[in-house]
Amino acid sequence: MIKAAFRAAAFLALGSGVAVAQEPVTLDIQYLRQEVPPPPVLSNLDPIPADLGIAGAEVGLADNATTGRFMGQDWTLTVTSVPEGGDWAGAVETALAASPLLLIDAPRDALLAASDIAEGSDALLFNVAVEDSDLRAGACRANLFHTIPSYSMRTDALVQMLRVKRWEDLALVAGQNPEDQAYAEALRGSLTKFGMELGSETEWSFDADMRRSASAEVPLLTQDLGEYDVLLVADERHDFGRYILYNTWLPRPVAGSEGLTAEAWSPAVEQWGAAQLQSRFTEHAGRDMAPRDYAAWAALRSIGEAVTRTGSPDAQDLRAYLLGEDFELAGFLGRPLTFRPWNGQLRQPIPIVQPRALVAQAPLEGFLHQTNELDTLGQDRGEAECSAFD
Amino acid sequence: MKFTATLATLSLVAAPALAGEIWVSNEKDNTLSVIDLDTLEVTRTIPTGERPRGITFAQDHSVLYICASDSDAVQVMDPETGEILHDLPSGEDPEQFVLHPDNRRLYIANEDDAITTVVDTETREVIAQINVGIEPEGMAVSPDGSIVITTSETTNMAHWIDTETQELIANTLVDSRPRHAEFVKGGTELWVSSEIGGTITVFDVETKAEIGKINFEIPSINPANVQPVGFEFTEGDSHAFVALGPSNHVAVVNAETYEVEDYILVGRRVWHMAFNGDRSKLFTTNGVSGDVTMVDVASRKAEKTIKVGRFPWGAAFRPTN
Repeated sequence: MIKAAFRAAAFLALGSGVAVAQEPVTLDIQYLRQEVPPPPVLSNLDPIPADLGIAGAEVGLADNATTGRFMGQDWTLTVTSVPEGGDWAGAVETALAASPLLLIDAPRDALLAASDIAEGSDALLFNVAVEDSDLRAGACRANLFHTIPSYSMRTDALVQMLRVKRWEDLALVAGQNPEDQAYAEALRGSLTKFGMELGSETEWSFDADMRRSASAEVPLLTQDLGEYDVLLVADERHDFGRYILYNTWLPRPVAGSEGLTAEAWSPAVEQWGAAQLQSRFTEHAGRDMAPRDYAAWAALRSIGEAVTRTGSPDAQDLRAYLLGEDFELAGFLGRPLTFRPWNGQLRQPIPIVQPRALVAQAPLEGFLHQTNELDTLGQDRGEAECSAFD
Repeated sequence: MKFTATLATLSLVAAPALAGEIWVSNEKDNTLSVIDLDTLEVTRTIPTGERPRGITFAQDHSVLYICASDSDAVQVMDPETGEILHDLPSGEDPEQFVLHPDNRRLYIANEDDAITTVVDTETREVIAQINVGIEPEGMAVSPDGSIVITTSETTNMAHWIDTETQELIANTLVDSRPRHAEFVKGGTELWVSSEIGGTITVFDVETKAEIGKINFEIPSINPANVQPVGFEFTEGDSHAFVALGPSNHVAVVNAETYEVEDYILVGRRVWHMAFNGDRSKLFTTNGVSGDVTMVDVASRKAEKTIKVGRFPWGAAFRPTN
């Protein structure tokens, strides 16, 4: 088990910092990761960073600590990474004994196990990795907040864009992995939600090395899909999707997991002051900020904002504040981020990007909502079927 | 007959009042646009360092200071020739600054470094660097020069700096993403705008206590797009004109009652602004539409749009007579 502690330079500069009148507080945030073997993918171009998510939490911690030094707050981050087959339950117990504030970077089963173990305590868990829509609905947990958007938030964002562009004849190529299927399912749900449907779809079932044969196979596969405006791709492991672009039978744009994508964060986001967060992150981690990094950053900053505004380190006080109307986080996406009180999901605009530029940002203009336009993305109140937050 | 006479008188009064120039920094063109107030046209486009944002003139307007953010320098320009005379050491990524009433010390917000740098413009040396919150931006100085304010966008505070000791004397929380600060009413009040919070917080300077909060609401515009950024006060500090970012409006706030009296439609993503010499006209920088809107202060109407460079950010007035 790798364990590392970061003590931010909270009190180093106290000589020049005059605290706002608040009781000094000490906060330890536990970052728990269940390691997963990287899935085999065709391309070697984009290795998964070893500090994915963790680096985002570190930048968030540094942001909190800078504010904290004016407030008498002392912030630490403890990262625990459990190897495959390691004692996950034991690691969760240890983390809970150290702090009631946990970020969980783990697959669904491990995430839910952590939530079960924490039940009955005051602890508050932040999911920074799992996008399953049902965790924001029927399978929600009162002690589990989500700063990573769900699949359906991402697909609702993308489909809003398709709708605005009137690209309404759609075909889908979906991979066979569970996450591909979950993404495809979310896409179908979003199309229904916004009054559209798939014209045709097919499964990706090739096992050839596409680096050599994409130009031969992909035209044939996509020829069978008939006529369409946009080809949607569900390939959440980024295995085959990259070989679809420019190899389709018809000259059509590609969107979904590849091509035009809707993600929590992207290096292409530079408006609304985002360039500053990007440069702080790149300076710290030596790479681009990924959606999971952003989710971890947002979790840390949400906790930081709640502690600063309430003056309390108590997890239940923070939970109540985060779900209340006074909380807002400036998340470099042009609108304040808040939590949905019915399922603990962070409300967030979703950038729609190509690798080199922001194309649009959801919610797109014209998608109206009676209370908050951000709630046109993902499970709205009423349709979420989550009773744990009542 | 009487009507004609009035018009003639008006134009006689108006002509000298408009004499001068509005200087605008174009963040994504690395240039300044100079608008002549007689013709309301851009007469000069002057190259600068990379990503010019905050600009301010020395008290006698003999030099212009420019935050060239991505060049990590404050440039000093001769406004007559447009020539860069020299750079000042500014710390990294200077975004915005304020010139102390001594006409000598520049207080500079270093956005990427969580630092406020104090530079002596005569010796060209750094006098002090003060640790402030994350992403410092808004800068203000009290009329007597005793206090400088830095606001930090991610820490959400106004940091109060004692200009004798160059140390922090207080840190006060404001709403999310503070952008701009101004001392008003003889230095008795401090106003701070919060872009994401959508408010202006008013502090009593003596006690440093919050005494007012100004909210903005424009019919049929999404509240999330109503984002207060730059603001300036009319003669006598009776009213504030507040740029509301992507709502594309400027609010007119009664500075006594803190009530919003008017909203004026200007260009897209309105950011900062400057008055002409007698404060009868206001010029707003509109980042997304790449232009400047001239607003008549008395009638509160947008009168003209003037095309400048890409992403105009800061604005400053220079008299020419």
